Amino acid sequence: MTTEKIRPLVLEYTIVSGDFAGGGKAASDVKRCLSQLGCQSEVIRRVAVATYEAEMNMIIHSFGGKITIYISSDNIRILCEDTGPGIPDIELAMQEGYSTASDKIREMGFGAGMGLPNMKNCSDFFCIDSGEGQGTKVEMVINL
Amino acid sequence: MDLREIKELLKCKVLANDDKLDMQVDCICASELMSSVLTCSGNNKLLVTGLNNLQVIRTAEMSDIPAVIFVQNRKPSAEIVELAKEKEIVVMYTKYSLFTVCGMLYQAGLRSGQDDN
Ligand SMILES: Nc1ncnc2c1ncn2[C@@H]1O[C@H](COP(=O)(O)OP(=O)(O)O)[C@@H](O)[C@H]1O
Ligand SMILES: [Mg+2]
Repeated sequence: MTTEKIRPLVLEYTIVSGDFAGGGKAASDVKRCLSQLGCQSEVIRRVAVATYEAEMNMIIHSFGGKITIYISSDNIRILCEDTGPGIPDIELAMQEGYSTASDKIREMGFGAGMGLPNMKNCSDFFCIDSGEGQGTKVEMVINL
Repeated sequence: MDLREIKELLKCKVLANDDKLDMQVDCICASELMSSVLTCSGNNKLLVTGLNNLQVIRTAEMSDIPAVIFVQNRKPSAEIVELAKEKEIVVMYTKYSLFTVCGMLYQAGLRSGQDDN
Protein backbone atom coordinates (compact mmCIF):
# COMPACT_ATOMS: atom_id res chain seq x y z
CA MET A 1 0.00 0.00 0.00
CA THR A 2 1.27 3.45 -0.91
CA THR A 3 0.16 4.90 2.44
CA GLU A 4 2.85 2.87 4.23
CA LYS A 5 5.40 5.23 2.76
CA ILE A 6 3.89 8.19 4.61
CA ARG A 7 6.26 9.75 7.15
CA PRO A 8 4.79 11.67 10.10
CA LEU A 9 3.85 15.15 8.99
CA VAL A 10 2.16 18.11 10.70
CA LEU A 11 0.22 20.84 8.91
CA GLU A 12 -0.95 24.01 10.67
CA TYR A 13 -3.49 26.61 9.60
CA THR A 14 -4.67 29.83 11.23
CA ILE A 15 -8.40 30.41 10.74
CA VAL A 16 -9.68 34.00 10.86
CA SER A 17 -13.20 34.74 12.08
CA GLY A 18 -15.43 36.18 9.35
CA ASP A 19 -12.99 35.39 6.53
CA PHE A 20 -15.67 33.88 4.31
CA ALA A 21 -13.70 34.33 1.08
CA GLY A 22 -10.72 32.49 2.59
CA GLY A 23 -12.89 29.59 3.73
CA GLY A 24 -11.63 26.33 2.32
CA LYS A 25 -8.00 27.34 1.95
CA ALA A 26 -6.90 25.00 4.75
CA ALA A 27 -9.00 22.09 3.49
CA SER A 28 -7.74 22.69 -0.03
CA ASP A 29 -4.11 22.60 1.10
CA VAL A 30 -4.65 19.40 3.11
CA LYS A 31 -6.27 17.84 0.07
CA ARG A 32 -3.32 18.78 -2.12
CA CYS A 33 -0.83 17.35 0.41
CA LEU A 34 -2.68 14.05 0.77
CA SER A 35 -2.96 13.71 -3.02
CA GLN A 36 0.79 14.22 -3.32
CA LEU A 37 1.34 11.54 -0.66
CA GLY A 38 -0.73 9.15 -2.75
CA CYS A 39 -3.60 8.62 -0.29
CA GLN A 40 -6.79 6.89 -1.46
CA SER A 41 -9.29 9.31 -3.00
CA GLU A 42 -12.08 8.31 -0.57
CA VAL A 43 -9.82 9.03 2.42
CA ILE A 44 -8.84 12.37 0.90
CA ARG A 45 -12.50 13.27 0.33
CA ARG A 46 -13.41 12.50 3.94
CA VAL A 47 -10.49 14.51 5.33
CA ALA A 48 -11.23 17.41 2.97
CA VAL A 49 -14.94 17.54 3.82
CA ALA A 50 -14.33 17.23 7.59
CA THR A 51 -11.64 19.93 7.53
CA TYR A 52 -13.74 22.22 5.34
CA GLU A 53 -16.82 21.98 7.60
CA ALA A 54 -14.64 22.62 10.68
CA GLU A 55 -12.97 25.55 8.95
CA MET A 56 -16.31 27.11 7.96
CA ASN A 57 -17.63 26.66 11.51
CA MET A 58 -14.63 28.51 12.90
CA ILE A 59 -15.05 31.30 10.33
CA ILE A 60 -18.81 31.62 10.86
CA HIS A 61 -19.31 30.84 14.56
CA SER A 62 -16.01 31.37 16.38
CA PHE A 63 -13.58 34.19 17.19
CA GLY A 64 -10.94 32.37 15.16
CA GLY A 65 -8.47 29.62 15.87
CA LYS A 66 -6.18 26.98 14.55
CA ILE A 67 -6.45 23.71 12.66
CA THR A 68 -3.61 21.23 13.04
CA ILE A 69 -3.41 18.08 10.93
CA TYR A 70 -1.23 15.17 11.98
CA ILE A 71 -0.51 12.68 9.21
CA SER A 72 0.98 9.33 10.21
CA SER A 73 1.17 5.95 8.53
CA ASP A 74 -1.95 4.78 10.42
CA ASN A 75 -4.27 7.73 10.36
CA ILE A 76 -4.95 11.41 9.83
CA ARG A 77 -5.82 13.43 12.94
CA ILE A 78 -7.57 16.78 12.55
CA LEU A 79 -7.43 19.02 15.62
CA CYS A 80 -9.52 22.22 15.58
CA GLU A 81 -9.21 24.73 18.41
CA ASP A 82 -10.83 28.16 18.62
CA THR A 83 -11.17 30.86 21.22
CA GLY A 84 -14.95 31.00 21.65
CA PRO A 85 -17.82 31.87 22.13
CA GLY A 86 -18.31 28.10 22.53
CA ILE A 87 -21.33 25.83 22.26
CA PRO A 88 -23.69 25.85 25.29
CA ASP A 89 -25.52 22.62 24.36
CA ILE A 90 -23.39 20.20 22.37
CA GLU A 91 -26.11 17.54 22.06
CA LEU A 92 -28.41 20.12 20.46
CA ALA A 93 -25.67 21.44 18.18
CA MET A 94 -24.95 17.91 16.95
CA GLN A 95 -28.55 17.49 15.76
CA GLU A 96 -29.02 17.68 12.02
CA GLY A 97 -30.82 20.90 11.13
CA TYR A 98 -29.86 22.84 14.27
CA SER A 99 -28.10 26.08 13.43
CA THR A 100 -27.65 29.53 14.94
CA ALA A 101 -26.31 30.95 11.65
CA SER A 102 -27.66 34.32 10.49
CA ASP A 103 -29.77 34.87 7.37
CA LYS A 104 -26.74 36.40 5.68
CA ILE A 105 -24.78 33.17 6.20
CA ARG A 106 -27.75 31.10 4.98
CA GLU A 107 -27.90 33.15 1.79
CA MET A 108 -24.31 32.14 1.18
CA GLY A 109 -25.24 28.44 1.29
CA PHE A 110 -24.25 27.67 4.88
CA GLY A 111 -26.20 27.32 8.11
CA ALA A 112 -28.07 24.13 7.20
CA GLY A 113 -27.07 22.66 10.55
CA MET A 114 -25.37 19.72 8.87
CA GLY A 115 -21.73 20.59 9.45
CA LEU A 116 -21.11 18.83 12.77
CA PRO A 117 -23.07 15.69 11.70
CA ASN A 118 -21.12 15.70 8.39
CA MET A 119 -17.83 15.94 10.29
CA LYS A 120 -18.85 13.01 12.50
CA ASN A 121 -19.92 10.92 9.48
CA CYS A 122 -16.61 11.55 7.74
CA SER A 123 -14.48 10.44 10.67
CA ASP A 124 -13.69 7.14 12.39
CA PHE A 125 -13.27 8.98 15.70
CA PHE A 126 -15.03 12.25 16.57
CA CYS A 127 -14.82 14.21 19.81
CA ILE A 128 -16.03 17.71 20.63
CA ASP A 129 -15.34 19.71 23.76
CA SER A 130 -16.96 23.11 24.31
CA GLY A 131 -19.09 25.17 26.63
CA GLU A 132 -20.62 28.63 26.84
CA GLY A 133 -17.95 31.30 27.05
CA GLN A 134 -15.07 28.96 26.36
CA GLY A 135 -13.43 27.84 23.13
CA THR A 136 -14.45 24.86 21.05
CA LYS A 137 -12.16 21.92 20.47
CA VAL A 138 -12.95 19.28 17.87
CA GLU A 139 -10.81 16.24 17.26
CA MET A 140 -11.36 13.91 14.33
CA VAL A 141 -9.41 10.84 13.25
CA ILE A 142 -9.65 9.19 9.86
CA ASN A 143 -7.95 5.82 9.59
CA LEU A 144 -5.82 5.00 6.59
CA MET B 1 -24.42 11.83 -21.16
CA ASP B 2 -21.32 13.98 -21.44
CA LEU B 3 -20.83 17.63 -20.50
CA ARG B 4 -20.87 18.76 -24.13
CA GLU B 5 -24.37 17.31 -24.63
CA ILE B 6 -25.52 18.95 -21.40
CA LYS B 7 -24.00 22.25 -22.47
CA GLU B 8 -25.95 22.11 -25.72
CA LEU B 9 -29.19 21.00 -24.07
CA LEU B 10 -29.11 23.86 -21.57
CA LYS B 11 -27.56 26.39 -23.99
CA CYS B 12 -24.73 26.97 -21.51
CA LYS B 13 -21.81 29.32 -21.86
CA VAL B 14 -18.55 27.75 -20.68
CA LEU B 15 -16.24 29.95 -18.57
CA ALA B 16 -13.62 27.50 -17.32
CA ASN B 17 -11.97 24.34 -18.62
CA ASP B 18 -13.82 23.96 -21.92
CA ASP B 19 -11.24 21.32 -22.88
CA LYS B 20 -12.88 18.91 -20.41
CA LEU B 21 -16.34 18.72 -21.98
CA ASP B 22 -15.87 15.07 -22.97
CA MET B 23 -16.37 14.11 -19.34
CA GLN B 24 -19.24 11.69 -18.65
CA VAL B 25 -21.84 12.76 -16.09
CA ASP B 26 -23.39 9.97 -13.99
CA CYS B 27 -25.51 11.92 -11.53
CA ILE B 28 -26.68 15.39 -10.58
CA CYS B 29 -26.41 17.25 -7.33
CA ALA B 30 -28.81 20.24 -7.38
CA SER B 31 -28.64 22.34 -4.23
CA GLU B 32 -28.14 25.72 -2.62
CA LEU B 33 -26.99 24.10 0.61
CA MET B 34 -23.26 23.51 0.54
CA SER B 35 -23.34 21.06 3.48
CA SER B 36 -25.86 18.99 1.56
CA VAL B 37 -23.57 18.93 -1.49
CA LEU B 38 -20.72 17.79 0.76
CA THR B 39 -22.62 14.60 1.67
CA CYS B 40 -22.93 13.66 -1.99
CA SER B 41 -20.56 10.78 -2.77
CA GLY B 42 -19.97 8.95 -6.05
CA ASN B 43 -18.05 9.85 -9.18
CA ASN B 44 -18.71 12.04 -12.22
CA LYS B 45 -21.14 14.34 -10.46
CA LEU B 46 -22.42 17.61 -11.85
CA LEU B 47 -23.39 20.37 -9.41
CA VAL B 48 -26.30 22.61 -10.43
CA THR B 49 -26.81 25.62 -8.17
CA GLY B 50 -28.47 29.00 -7.81
CA LEU B 51 -25.77 30.17 -5.42
CA ASN B 52 -23.02 32.37 -6.72
CA ASN B 53 -19.93 32.62 -4.54
CA LEU B 54 -16.42 31.26 -4.11
CA GLN B 55 -17.62 28.58 -1.69
CA VAL B 56 -19.47 26.84 -4.54
CA ILE B 57 -16.11 26.02 -6.13
CA ARG B 58 -14.55 25.17 -2.75
CA THR B 59 -17.45 22.79 -2.05
CA ALA B 60 -17.09 21.17 -5.47
CA GLU B 61 -13.37 20.79 -4.86
CA MET B 62 -13.82 19.04 -1.49
CA SER B 63 -16.53 16.70 -2.84
CA ASP B 64 -14.57 15.77 -5.98
CA ILE B 65 -17.22 17.36 -8.20
CA PRO B 66 -15.62 18.06 -11.59
CA ALA B 67 -18.27 20.40 -13.09
CA VAL B 68 -20.64 23.17 -11.96
CA ILE B 69 -23.57 24.86 -13.71
CA PHE B 70 -24.77 28.23 -12.41
CA VAL B 71 -28.47 28.72 -13.23
CA GLN B 72 -30.63 31.70 -14.19
CA ASN B 73 -27.84 33.74 -15.75
CA ARG B 74 -26.00 34.03 -12.43
CA LYS B 75 -22.72 34.45 -14.21
CA PRO B 76 -19.90 33.76 -11.76
CA SER B 77 -17.30 36.45 -11.09
CA ALA B 78 -13.76 36.40 -12.49
CA GLU B 79 -12.50 35.34 -9.06
CA ILE B 80 -14.79 32.30 -9.04
CA VAL B 81 -13.75 31.38 -12.59
CA GLU B 82 -10.05 31.76 -11.67
CA LEU B 83 -10.36 29.37 -8.72
CA ALA B 84 -12.26 26.87 -10.89
CA LYS B 85 -9.50 26.98 -13.51
CA GLU B 86 -6.88 26.38 -10.84
CA LYS B 87 -8.85 23.42 -9.45
CA GLU B 88 -9.65 22.06 -12.95
CA ILE B 89 -13.40 22.33 -12.38
CA VAL B 90 -15.57 23.00 -15.44
CA VAL B 91 -17.76 26.10 -14.97
CA MET B 92 -20.78 26.93 -17.14
CA TYR B 93 -23.87 29.09 -16.75
CA THR B 94 -27.31 28.96 -18.31
CA LYS B 95 -30.28 31.29 -18.61
CA TYR B 96 -32.69 28.59 -17.41
CA SER B 97 -34.00 28.46 -13.82
CA LEU B 98 -33.02 25.72 -11.36
CA PHE B 99 -36.41 24.07 -11.83
CA THR B 100 -36.15 24.01 -15.61
CA VAL B 101 -32.54 22.82 -15.60
CA CYS B 102 -33.44 19.93 -13.28
CA GLY B 103 -36.48 19.07 -15.39
CA MET B 104 -34.49 19.04 -18.61
CA LEU B 105 -31.69 16.93 -17.13
CA TYR B 106 -34.20 14.49 -15.61
CA GLN B 107 -35.96 14.17 -18.95
CA ALA B 108 -32.61 13.45 -20.56
CA GLY B 109 -32.28 10.47 -18.23
CA LEU B 110 -30.04 11.87 -15.50
CA ARG B 111 -30.81 11.23 -11.82
CA SER B 112 -29.93 12.67 -8.43
CA GLY B 113 -26.80 11.53 -6.65
CA GLN B 114 -28.50 11.99 -3.28
CA ASP B 115 -31.69 9.91 -3.29
CA ASP B 116 -30.09 6.81 -1.87
CA ASN B 117 -28.26 8.60 0.95
N1 LIG C 1 -16.55 26.44 16.41
C1 LIG C 1 -17.77 26.77 16.87
N2 LIG C 1 -17.89 27.77 17.78
C2 LIG C 1 -19.10 28.13 18.27
N3 LIG C 1 -20.25 27.53 17.90
C3 LIG C 1 -20.20 26.53 17.00
C4 LIG C 1 -18.97 26.09 16.44
N4 LIG C 1 -19.23 25.07 15.59
C5 LIG C 1 -20.55 24.88 15.62
N5 LIG C 1 -21.16 25.74 16.47
C6 LIG C 1 -22.59 25.81 16.82
O1 LIG C 1 -23.21 24.58 16.46
C7 LIG C 1 -24.25 24.81 15.51
C8 LIG C 1 -24.32 23.66 14.52
O2 LIG C 1 -23.13 23.59 13.73
P1 LIG C 1 -23.20 22.91 12.30
O3 LIG C 1 -23.76 21.53 12.46
O4 LIG C 1 -21.86 23.02 11.66
O5 LIG C 1 -24.28 23.77 11.52
P2 LIG C 1 -24.17 25.24 10.86
O6 LIG C 1 -22.72 25.61 10.80
O7 LIG C 1 -24.78 25.06 9.54
O8 LIG C 1 -24.95 26.14 11.75
C9 LIG C 1 -23.91 26.14 14.87
O9 LIG C 1 -25.03 26.79 14.33
C10 LIG C 1 -23.34 26.90 16.08
O10 LIG C 1 -24.36 27.39 16.90
MG1 LIG D 1 -21.29 24.35 10.08
